[in-house]
Amino acid sequence: MSVITGISASQGVAIGKVFLKKEEQVRVPIYTLAEAEIPKEIARLKEGLDKTAQALQNLHDKAKADVGEDEARIFDVHRMLLLDDEFVEHIETTIQNERVNAEEAVAVTEEVFANMFANMEDAYLRERAADIKDISKRLILNLLGQEEKSVAGIDYEAIIVAKDLYPSDTIQINKNFVKGLITLEGGKMSHTAILARTMQLPAVVGVGEAGDEIQEGDILILDAKKGEIIINPSEAEIEEFKKKQAEFEAYQQELLKYIGTESVTSDGQHIEICANIGRPSDVPAVLENDAEGVGLFRSEFLYMDSPEMPTEEEQYQAYKIAVEGLGGKRVIIRTLDVGGDKEIPYLNIPKEENPFLGYRAVRVCLEMKDLFKTQLRALLRSSVHGKLAIMIPMIISVDEVRRSKELIAECKAELLAEGVAVSDDIEVGIMIETPAAVMVADLLAKEVDFFSVGTNDLTQYILAADRMNPKIADLYDTCNPAVLRAIKKVADDAHEAGIWIGICGESGADTRLTGFFAAIGIDELSVSPSSVLEVRKTVQSINAAEQKANLHQNWNI
Amino acid sequence: MKSIEMSITNEAGIHARPAGEIVKKAKEFSSTINISKDGKAVGATKLMSLLSLGVKQGDVVTITAEGDDEEAAAEAIAHVIRTEH
Repeated sequence: MSVITGISASQGVAIGKVFLKKEEQVRVPIYTLAEAEIPKEIARLKEGLDKTAQALQNLHDKAKADVGEDEARIFDVHRMLLLDDEFVEHIETTIQNERVNAEEAVAVTEEVFANMFANMEDAYLRERAADIKDISKRLILNLLGQEEKSVAGIDYEAIIVAKDLYPSDTIQINKNFVKGLITLEGGKMSHTAILARTMQLPAVVGVGEAGDEIQEGDILILDAKKGEIIINPSEAEIEEFKKKQAEFEAYQQELLKYIGTESVTSDGQHIEICANIGRPSDVPAVLENDAEGVGLFRSEFLYMDSPEMPTEEEQYQAYKIAVEGLGGKRVIIRTLDVGGDKEIPYLNIPKEENPFLGYRAVRVCLEMKDLFKTQLRALLRSSVHGKLAIMIPMIISVDEVRRSKELIAECKAELLAEGVAVSDDIEVGIMIETPAAVMVADLLAKEVDFFSVGTNDLTQYILAADRMNPKIADLYDTCNPAVLRAIKKVADDAHEAGIWIGICGESGADTRLTGFFAAIGIDELSVSPSSVLEVRKTVQSINAAEQKANLHQNWNI
Repeated sequence: MKSIEMSITNEAGIHARPAGEIVKKAKEFSSTINISKDGKAVGATKLMSLLSLGVKQGDVVTITAEGDDEEAAAEAIAHVIRTEH
């Protein structure tokens, strides 16, 4: 046995057999055909095409039923590319002219088209090279009569080990069998990490080269909280693990007692505990964990999971599911937060030296007004199904807030003129995640209905410490007094202006800080669904007045 | 021959989905339909070629149709480009 470590991406422990999801190298056989064999070979190709197209159709239908049309669309695009006349003709011509078998003809064709896309200037089109490779691989495997290695087919208690997982993989995960996730790449905020937290799956990410040691069929123990992986554990370690698992389950069981209880400190101060989500399909987890609302719906996943711009109607349907699903509890949807570490190929935003200080979030939206208005219209339309609030990210000035509010008003007027209903009671708030917003929080508070502190970015901006850089990981400290003083100033400014303030970054779930938040009068904490009950338990255990009296002593404030 | 020149207003240009819709529509007509940008013309029934044009927002493309139903064909393709996002 050996032990390797990575970055903790979620909670929980798991044991399972390795399912290795590698970039598979398909061995393509090459042989020459006799003239007379060619028609038979072309018929075999057609059969393979049919089978592959059907498989893609099935994937599309399953994804559509499980997670919605948006995330299913990638399979539709793949099917269109597969059945494209040019692609098929190129394969047929290669079989005829080169007298080679269908598999080799597909491989030759794949290279021609993938290269064509890979050499294009446009970032969106370059991504299509990966699509060509994907469909070609599927087709070759079908021609060879080999099963595709898909996570959907896992039928034993498994831990998936992959370089990274893509949305098309993750939507196929069956939680009855998949017990944990390990990725060699990615950080705490990677797609896989966020998904694991929402799905409440134990996950360790960013394992690096150490992960290469893991072989197909190995037994792994995964301690997600510690970020630790034990490869082929001994009997004693399995025993130890079982104890831990029982403890974790007992703790989870104990937390269930907090369902239906109030999030009130021992001296009667109420702190609303809401959930952060990324997709409409996360709504059940919000309800199961008894969150008091959605404090952050990250809308960018609608854009990132899709090969192209989601339409107003598609966005409306997604927002509607969340707004309606919460049955009148508030749902705060954050407008598109692209840029920084979140790239959306089809927007063609050029690479920047300093993406976290660059063209991102509201800066993009205020310039690409059509894009912003499409989202705002979809949001406003969803407002009639429950209690919607809109939140704008990356604000640094009053001017940005005013321009955003003008666009919201403009969209609302347009919709009303078109005879579309819009709620009259939509709160508009902003993320406080830049030092600039902290400094002018008093001015911003006069413009909006609420603040929500994005502690992940705020911490890195205040401390000038990149949260992705492992070398300075110790500097990135969410409990640093500089960060906490900034949050306290913002809370004071918010309350002075009579608006409410929440926390929606990772700090919100950090129970070391719950006392601090209570002391400065934070009104709402928004955390991943799986953390709601733990935070509620912590809130109930603290005395806010006591925390307030000890603010200076505890936190150097 | 019928020809229509139009500029692309869709923010993402002619990306995968609109291109797919163009191909489907083009196959409904007997005319030969081409779409060209900067002098490079491709058949409207060919998805990969269509994508490879790399049409972006603000680009000007020309639709040409030749055949019995050229008038309707060119109009129909222009309609798809205008409305499919």
